[in-house]
Amino acid sequence: MAGIAFDAVGKVYGGETRAIADVSLDIGDGEFVVLVGPSGCGKSTLLRMVAGLEEITEGDIMIGDRVVNDVAPKDRDIAMVFQNYALYPHMTVRDNMAFGLKLRRTPKKEIAARVEEAARILEITDFLNRKPKALSGGQRQRVAMGRAIVREPAAFLMDEPLSNLDAKLRVQMRSELGLLHTRLGTTTLYVTHDQVEAMTMGDRVAVLKAVADASESNLQQIAAPRELYDRPVNLFVAGFIGSPAMNFVYASVDAAGDPASVRFGPHSLAAAPDSLPEGVADRSGQEIVLGVRPEAFEIRSAAGAGGSSMNVDIDLVEQLGSEAYVHFKVPVPPVVTADIEALLADEGSDTKSLGNETRFTARVNPDHAPKAGRPAELVVDTAKLHFFDKETGDAI
Amino acid sequence: MALVSGAGGPGIGKRTYAFLRSIPTWALWLLVVLWTIPTLGLLVNSFRTRDAQRSSGWWHSPFENYAENLTLANYTDILTAGAQGGLWRALLNSLAIALPATVIPIAFAAFAAYAFAWIDFKGREWLFIATVSLLAIPAQMSLIPLLQLYSGGGHLTLPFIEKTLTLFPDLDLTGRAISVWLTHTGFALPFAIFLLHNYISGLPKDIFESAFIDGADHFKIFWRLVVPLSVPVLAAFAIFQFLWTYNDYLIAVTMLGGAGHNFPATARIAALAGEFGQAEHLLTAGAFLSTLLPIIVFFALQRFFVTGILAGSVKG
Repeated sequence: MAGIAFDAVGKVYGGETRAIADVSLDIGDGEFVVLVGPSGCGKSTLLRMVAGLEEITEGDIMIGDRVVNDVAPKDRDIAMVFQNYALYPHMTVRDNMAFGLKLRRTPKKEIAARVEEAARILEITDFLNRKPKALSGGQRQRVAMGRAIVREPAAFLMDEPLSNLDAKLRVQMRSELGLLHTRLGTTTLYVTHDQVEAMTMGDRVAVLKAVADASESNLQQIAAPRELYDRPVNLFVAGFIGSPAMNFVYASVDAAGDPASVRFGPHSLAAAPDSLPEGVADRSGQEIVLGVRPEAFEIRSAAGAGGSSMNVDIDLVEQLGSEAYVHFKVPVPPVVTADIEALLADEGSDTKSLGNETRFTARVNPDHAPKAGRPAELVVDTAKLHFFDKETGDAI
Repeated sequence: MALVSGAGGPGIGKRTYAFLRSIPTWALWLLVVLWTIPTLGLLVNSFRTRDAQRSSGWWHSPFENYAENLTLANYTDILTAGAQGGLWRALLNSLAIALPATVIPIAFAAFAAYAFAWIDFKGREWLFIATVSLLAIPAQMSLIPLLQLYSGGGHLTLPFIEKTLTLFPDLDLTGRAISVWLTHTGFALPFAIFLLHNYISGLPKDIFESAFIDGADHFKIFWRLVVPLSVPVLAAFAIFQFLWTYNDYLIAVTMLGGAGHNFPATARIAALAGEFGQAEHLLTAGAFLSTLLPIIVFFALQRFFVTGILAGSVKG
């Protein structure tokens, strides 16, 4: 086994179209790292560069302590699991799994033993003599996994392996993959566009964004899931991680008083000065972007007395049983930055859809959910506010 | 199937579709019967004596004194008679021409099609276009130059220095089967490459990449993945090419020249009438015998037209 390291990796297609710029990250031996980001952010390209399926045009990629830029895919000692499974349709499950070992002239006995073992781990022993077309989607995905496992490679590369499964099976396979990683301990680089997959599976998660030129980097932040959620480094990461997404609004902070006040539109939240991030006090009076996660809200009746609150008119309530989403508006223009536009574009939308008021979503106790069209008092956990520069989008 | 999938499509209007749908099945059967009648006539006539053939149409046969008119003599005659060993010999010649002339182009074309589809090399597109555009060259026009090349080789005398370069050696191939193989191969390759390329380039990219990572090189990918997965298109082309080379008359006669003993069945049958003077009644039996082989080949290869050979490989 081995770690994988990216050193200022870049990729330019045909000398002009830039896909990747300046990505540097270290994946430790045995670590499970997830690359996540909207479509076109270069996550699959990065993975394919590690696999050797895409040329590396800038920087170095190392597997273990070997630079693999010019090493053929088969000599990189990696195994890849494809989104489409990519099984060999004319071979049985057994032959599919043994194919790579046969090509490497592994002794027959050992091939048989490894295939049996992998099949046992993945619980596909009963299907070994079937062809892929006689398997269900989940079983095919297991075969694709088995094909990677039997190779006993230095690292697994997985390109959205679960995205073709239906929702229920995806959740099941997700936890199985997690268990498998715990058991095998093989370094894994995992690509997904699904932030839930990213957050639940990764030891660390790297959030990527599309780049226009070499002046920026695709890599926005790499951190443990909780860190990513609690301390996003910029608007893009903050808006991408979390569902429903973080609410953004133009605000100003008056840090002079105690408590300090955070004002936006008609609302003013009182916050203990030491609960605000350092640097916010320096921006006192300036317009900045306030970020509030839906989870930071609660209905007054559920929250009990105390805390800073705001009175709003509820537009819509989505009752999910386990929780309720409350939608309301704040009469200030919506936040528009390059990051926000990139996030909207990924949803197939643009800034026009935002309207001219700022929309908020709050996640509240389902038993206390208010009715649509009524006023409600929402308590805000002011220790969980996020502040961003309104020009650069960087966290303050 | 074609009618159904065309419903509402851009190519076929709703009215046309409704009209086609309204044609009853028996109308199709009627067409089948009409199309089969000439062949049936040929078959019946091949069992009738020369006199019967000349005096009445084949449809009289079932009603007239067939004990007298029907005979197997036509078949025994063509199989045994003749200075060149009868039709047996010619049928074997046909096979000796058609089998290599089918296998050789498939072998070359499959390699070429894979390379054009999946190996990235400089000038790939232009070379492919050039190869396919060779389809436009008519065989009839190139036969004599080819014949000269086979017999006398190709030589280029450079001006001024009076030096002669040999571009193609004098192999004296005329009259031998290999000259026919080479010619058939040459004319088949552009189409074969085009057809196989279309299929092979449509195979899912992921399984090639997966095989690369598994440790396969191009050669192994070709043999272990491309060939097994391309069986339907290989079989389709094999049938085409076999029928074409088996039924060919022009190239065989041109390349094999006057030597009648190595003529294929097509040429022998054409010669029957003349060789026996008044023996054109044997043509029916000859035609039938020579049809038998292609039919066998067709049904033997038909089982390779598997649909859904890629099922289960990738999820589209």
